[in-house]
Amino acid sequence: MVTKKIELLVGVFLLAGVVAFLALVYKVANVDVSTNSDTYTLTAEFTNIGGLKVRSPVKVGGVVVGRVSAINLDAKKLAPVVTLTMDKKYADFPETSSVAVLTSGLLGEQYIGLTPGFMDDGIEILQDGDRIADTHSAMVLEDLIGQFLYSSKDK
Amino acid sequence: MNQEQTTLVEINNLRFSRGNRVIYEDISLKIPRGKVTAIMGPSGIGKTTLLKLIGGQLYPDKGEVLFDGQNIHKLSRNALFEARKRMSMLFQSGALFTDMNVFDNVAFALREHSDLPEEIIRRIVLMKLEAVGLRGAAQLMPGELSGGMQRRAALARAIALEPEMVMYDEPFTGQDPISMGVLVKLIKDLSDALSLTSVVVSHDVAEVLSIADYVYVIAEQKIIAHGTPAELRQTDNPQLRQFIDGEPDGPVPFHFPAAEYKKELLCEHS
Amino acid sequence: MSIVDSIAALGARAIGIVLGLGRAGIMLWGALLHLPRFKKGTPLLIKQIYVVGVQSMVIVIVSGLFIGMVLALQGYTILVGFGTEQSLGPLVALSLLRELGPVVTALLFAGRAGSALTAELGLMKSTEQLSSLEMMAVDPLRQVIAPRFWAGLISMPLLSVMFVAVGIYGGYLVGVAWKGIDDGAFWSILQAAVEWRQDIVNCLIKSVVFAWVVTWIALYRGYHLVPNPEGISRATTQTVVQSSLAVLALDFLLTAIMFG
Repeated sequence: MVTKKIELLVGVFLLAGVVAFLALVYKVANVDVSTNSDTYTLTAEFTNIGGLKVRSPVKVGGVVVGRVSAINLDAKKLAPVVTLTMDKKYADFPETSSVAVLTSGLLGEQYIGLTPGFMDDGIEILQDGDRIADTHSAMVLEDLIGQFLYSSKDK
Repeated sequence: MNQEQTTLVEINNLRFSRGNRVIYEDISLKIPRGKVTAIMGPSGIGKTTLLKLIGGQLYPDKGEVLFDGQNIHKLSRNALFEARKRMSMLFQSGALFTDMNVFDNVAFALREHSDLPEEIIRRIVLMKLEAVGLRGAAQLMPGELSGGMQRRAALARAIALEPEMVMYDEPFTGQDPISMGVLVKLIKDLSDALSLTSVVVSHDVAEVLSIADYVYVIAEQKIIAHGTPAELRQTDNPQLRQFIDGEPDGPVPFHFPAAEYKKELLCEHS
Repeated sequence: MSIVDSIAALGARAIGIVLGLGRAGIMLWGALLHLPRFKKGTPLLIKQIYVVGVQSMVIVIVSGLFIGMVLALQGYTILVGFGTEQSLGPLVALSLLRELGPVVTALLFAGRAGSALTAELGLMKSTEQLSSLEMMAVDPLRQVIAPRFWAGLISMPLLSVMFVAVGIYGGYLVGVAWKGIDDGAFWSILQAAVEWRQDIVNCLIKSVVFAWVVTWIALYRGYHLVPNPEGISRATTQTVVQSSLAVLALDFLLTAIMFG
């Protein structure tokens, strides 16, 4: 009743479905299954992260060097703490480096811009688990407008 | 007691209607074991319906159908399925499964209802196909067969499980004289050789009278006559005579019931 | 008098709908109640997956490719005005995953496989094959309806996933290969926007629900049609119309629950 050809085609069909599903999961949703062996983690504390999201890129001069892996609120300071998963290939950032929440274009995605600091004696390289001290928060349009109005009222 | 043993199917005071249309009004008949019983009547009086009532596919408004002493319509689903394994039906169209070849069609019931190994099934199927003369067509699809051959293949399928009773629904309709002759012979031979109980529903008078042991004639929701073929040929019941002789007009009118002809032609259409 | 008549007609219609739902429910219940029989059931299931799944694959994949490409082209012309053409990835991927993938696949499935199921059952009914199964003491619900239902339920999510994957690839072709969006930016922004739980799982949930509804309607229409040529053609049309409407209405409902 069921010929070899039909069995084969059904097998191909099921396989194609599974392949398409895996493609969606890994390529599109980018569910990360890779181990953390080739990455290291940094944290940074901001006062405001704007529209930053988990998996937003970390860029140095436009080059993606890592991704935001977690966003939490520091329980004591009540300030957002962003965890960055950095690529091991780019491991030599000095501790004077600064990070800022930036926006690509006027309406684009928000990302973290990392500006490498100067190198000097007694200045160390950022290690796994270190915290970046120098941070610039996101520009929030409402705050800017508020400040502008406030300062114009003073005059 | 003797009655119980010789009667396989007994229908008592059966009434059946479809919507507002009454198909049967108070029908009673007996189908004896191991004999060919024919049920005749003009087209469109629901002879097929009667077979479906016996098979438990339709439920009567009133009355009962006893198959081997059991009321078919009171059986549980499982018991009904068990009873159906003992009967089988040859449908008017053959009703072969169009997506299987002839061999698989005949093997279908065996594979469903038995755990026989494939080798034995193969032999049984070939034997059944040989009986209807279609062993050479085993690998053909139903669509590749002529109407007569389809019916023969369906017959092989119907007897695959060696049922006690086979119901034939209009087996001769639309067959050329040769196929008709083949089918008549097959039905007769099979019922003799396997001591099958056969129920033939048909309006082909000559063929039916040639093979039947006992005949019931149904018309106008009732059984209008019954007897052996010889008795029926001698009848002087005008309605029966018209049916047997094939007269165009008689007690069964040529015209569909209507208002008076002249009146309808002359009066204004309202 | 005519008001009474029309109220009576309304009542008759309502009774008809409830009766139909009841019969459809009984049919599905009867088909699914049976325990699967692996030895005898698997070949039937494979055959039906071939009929409803494999044979719908080409139309689904071709449609997916073109819909993805059109979506990307239209999206690009709008986004480029804002200088945000890099957001093309999320636009294509999210519209496909959340809406177009499951919905269009279900509509195509209704037209290709659903109507075929109805017509096939209609043919089996009018040639007395279903009656004949019953007389052979084989339950047509188990033999005929159940494998077709499961085949639909298995095939449609796979088809939807293929549709989405091919559609995104079509968007990629237009966006990256033709319009010159940066390859890495396309994927990274797309990946940042698509969520496993929110988008992919919901896509699958939708397509399973649609598969259920479309296959059910198709089987019900086929199993209970009037067995003559007119009845079959009517039932086939009804299958396509009703399952399309049901899919669109359910899509709104599911979207409201999932994303609303």
